[in-house]
Amino acid sequence: MAVKSTKRRQLETVALYPLDWVEERSGLVGYTKWFLFRKVPRDISWAQTLGAAALTAFIVQTLTGVFLAMYYHPDPEHAYSSVVNITEEVTLGWLVRGMHKWGASVFIILMFFHMARTFLFGAYKYPRELNWIIGVLLLVLGMLEGFTGYLLPWDQTAYWATVVGINLNATAPFAGPFLAQFLQGGLNIGPDTLSKFYALHMLLVPGGIMALIGLHLYLVVRLGVTSPPWSKSAAGRVRPETNGGGREGLIRPPATEEPES
Amino acid sequence: MSDEQHDTPHTPAPSLWPIGFAIGVACILVGLVVSIPALIVGALIALVFGFLWIRDLFATRPVDSATAGAPSEDPAQFGAVTEADLGTSVDRATFLSFGVLPSFMGEGVETYQVDLGPISNFPEGEYVIATFLESPEQGEVSRRTAFVRNNGRTEDGVPSFTTLFSRCVHLGCPVQPNGPIDEEALQEVNGVELRPVLAASFGCPCHGGLYDSEGNRSAGPPVRSLDRFEFSIKDGNLVLGRIFSVGSVEGTGAKARIAKYYRAYPGVHVDGIERFLYPLPTPGSTS
Repeated sequence: MAVKSTKRRQLETVALYPLDWVEERSGLVGYTKWFLFRKVPRDISWAQTLGAAALTAFIVQTLTGVFLAMYYHPDPEHAYSSVVNITEEVTLGWLVRGMHKWGASVFIILMFFHMARTFLFGAYKYPRELNWIIGVLLLVLGMLEGFTGYLLPWDQTAYWATVVGINLNATAPFAGPFLAQFLQGGLNIGPDTLSKFYALHMLLVPGGIMALIGLHLYLVVRLGVTSPPWSKSAAGRVRPETNGGGREGLIRPPATEEPES
Repeated sequence: MSDEQHDTPHTPAPSLWPIGFAIGVACILVGLVVSIPALIVGALIALVFGFLWIRDLFATRPVDSATAGAPSEDPAQFGAVTEADLGTSVDRATFLSFGVLPSFMGEGVETYQVDLGPISNFPEGEYVIATFLESPEQGEVSRRTAFVRNNGRTEDGVPSFTTLFSRCVHLGCPVQPNGPIDEEALQEVNGVELRPVLAASFGCPCHGGLYDSEGNRSAGPPVRSLDRFEFSIKDGNLVLGRIFSVGSVEGTGAKARIAKYYRAYPGVHVDGIERFLYPLPTPGSTS
């Protein structure tokens, strides 16, 4: 083992001390290594990057959306004029709005590509069924983002497309009219509809998407990336025999009955 | 509706169902600690009383059939019914005003009285396109269009108007009259724009729904006839009120028999076997 110079040892101490400090108090360094430094199959390709691409598209939507929200006014009197203002007056507003508008389609398209890859590679099979289900929920929430975001420019296209969208919901048996009423806040689109869609678009649905993305990524890291179906290396793994080990301590063992003395 | 009710704020009629529901919930909580059977009994009690309570809140009045004549020529009476009924819906809303419940109680649904001006502006037997703001406070978002035709008088001598709401009953797009609009004869009467039109039918630009001059579907995807406004005549002016849905119309003009239902969303069946898919009335439409 090569002897390190004193200077180098001092340098390492200085660089690593903060990491050790954080690790000792939170364990975050270990978790980050667990998250990022993973083994992946030898024969993966660009196809396996579609999920990360969709994630990137979502992050772009989040960032551009935050900046658009600083200039947008969700009330019927000012909504359209504030969108015009963003597009024509605010510095680079046209770019941020354009990224948000086109990025919305990119996000949905990438989710579908990612879904197709998962399906065609059989990556939804054991033990990844739960991640498929979470992915479907993410797709639904993503579409809901599209639906609620479409009304916000408050022009003729936005208005009538949303009228049709809401009334489509209303035709669902039993619950339809109530769903439409919830979305609209009345029997027609009104001032409340815009603020309601804005709140859903900004707060509720993105929150749900972020939470589900967290779960989705956790499962990806825990279960690993799948090899493609044509992989020559052994695919899959032996299904371990479960004995309910994870349940240990969850249920209180039955009390032993002792005869009263 | 006695006069007494108008002056004092009134609360929903006393009901025992909430108490039963509360007992059921208490049983569930006790059952959670004590035993499973008690929990099941509690859940059953809560379910039954909860259902009765909800049914009570959605209590409906019977659907009626109307002729084409003015429902009431007495303005005081017409206004009174609407006002009193709105009162109860507001009380219910304050009672359960959290989360999504307001939309189940019909909160935000209001009936507006829109004055279209003197009935002499409506030539007999011709359609007039009337565009107006339903609620000036809400602004442009409440702009509505009605196709109004003066039918003269019914057999009983009551003034008769056909007052179609322009919303397509397929998915809610704006229905257009098929015929030339006389833009030169445009009249503006206190904010209401009136344009005479020679229309024998109405078409929807979105998905091709077609309606005849009585609002009955003649082609395309709509599931019922065009919605209509209730109307009254106050001081010689035509006043539009609540919107109602129409199953179908038999006959024409002043002799029309209209199958009238509570206002339903576009695409929702009000008659035929499909109506059983929509058992509860649209929130707010019955008040």
